[in-house]
Amino acid sequence: MKIYGRQCLGKKAFLELEYQMEGRDFSVAGTAASQIKKMLTEVGFEPEIIRRTTVVAYEAAMNIVIHAFRGRLLVHIEADGIGLTAVDEGPGIADVAMAMQEGYSTASPSIREMGFGAGMGLPNIKRHADGMAIETRVGEGTTLKAWIICKKG
Amino acid sequence: MRQLTLNDLAEKLQLDFHTYPLEAKEVTGGYVGDLLSDVMAHARDGQVWLTIQVHENIVAVALLTNVAGVIITGGRKPLPETVKRAREEGVVILSSKLPTFTLGGKIYRLLEERNALVHG
Ligand SMILES: Nc1ncnc2c1ncn2[C@@H]1O[C@H](COP(=O)(O)OP(=O)(O)OP(=O)(O)O)[C@@H](O)[C@H]1O
Ligand SMILES: [Mg+2]
Repeated sequence: MKIYGRQCLGKKAFLELEYQMEGRDFSVAGTAASQIKKMLTEVGFEPEIIRRTTVVAYEAAMNIVIHAFRGRLLVHIEADGIGLTAVDEGPGIADVAMAMQEGYSTASPSIREMGFGAGMGLPNIKRHADGMAIETRVGEGTTLKAWIICKKG
Repeated sequence: MRQLTLNDLAEKLQLDFHTYPLEAKEVTGGYVGDLLSDVMAHARDGQVWLTIQVHENIVAVALLTNVAGVIITGGRKPLPETVKRAREEGVVILSSKLPTFTLGGKIYRLLEERNALVHG
C-alpha cells in the first residue's frame, strides 16, 4: 500500500478490521495490536495517533485474553478518527469505577509473573483515547468502546 | 562516536545477542520496567528497554513501542519461544549478567558521553 497521508481514505471511506481471540491467547492479542499499528502506518496516520491507538488496541485485546473466555476486537478506521470496540464473553466487571483505578487488578499470580496485572490497562486506555465507555454484565461479559479523533489541520 | 548503536552497547557492556539487528539502529535513551502496561505507556521509539521479563509477551510490547531493543538483565535468558517470535518479528533481544540498576547506570553514562560529543 502506498503512503499518501490519511486523507487518502477520502471523506466517506473507511476500513474495518476484526480479530477474534480466546482466553490466554496472548500471542493472538499481541499480533492483532501490531497488525492494527501496521495498517495505520500504511494509511499514513500521524505517529502520535498511531501510538495512542496502538496502546488502546493492545490493552483492550490483552484484557480479553487475560480476563475473559473469548472475544473480538473491532477497529473502524476513518480519515477523521479511529473507533475500537472490544466485546467479550467473560466474568464481566462488578465495579467499573474500581477497575478504572490505577493499581487495581484481579489478575492471578501466574499472570502477574508474566508482567501483566499492574492494574494499568484501563487507565492507559482512558489516558490515550479521546473517549471510552464500558458496558458490562457480571457473569456475561464486557463491551469496551474507545475512540481516537484526528484534529483538523 | 556520533551515534550509539545496539552493537556499540553490546561491545562495551558485554551483552549477549539472542536475535540480531537487521540495521544499525541508533539508541537514543532507555526505559526500565517489568510491568508490561507501564512499558506500553512510557517506552519510546529508539530507547533500549531493560527488563527481567523473559516471556514471549515482551516481543509484542517491543514491537508496538518501537524500542531499539530489549535487554534482559540479571543473568536471565529469553525463553526459546520468545527468541523464535522475536526473530519472526525483527525484534532485537539481548541479555546481560548485570542487574538492571547497574546496567542502566552504565548505559546512561554512555548516552551522556555521546551527548557531550554531539552537542559540545
Ligand atoms: N474484559 C474484562 N473482563 C473482565 N474483567 C475485566 C476486563 N477488563 C478489565 N477487567 C477488570 O478490571 C481490572 C483492571 O483492568 P486493567 O486492564 O486496568 O488492569 P489489569 O488487566 O488487571 O492489569 P494490566 O492491564 O496492568 O496488565 C482487571 O484486573 C479486571 O478485574
Ligand atoms: Mg489490563
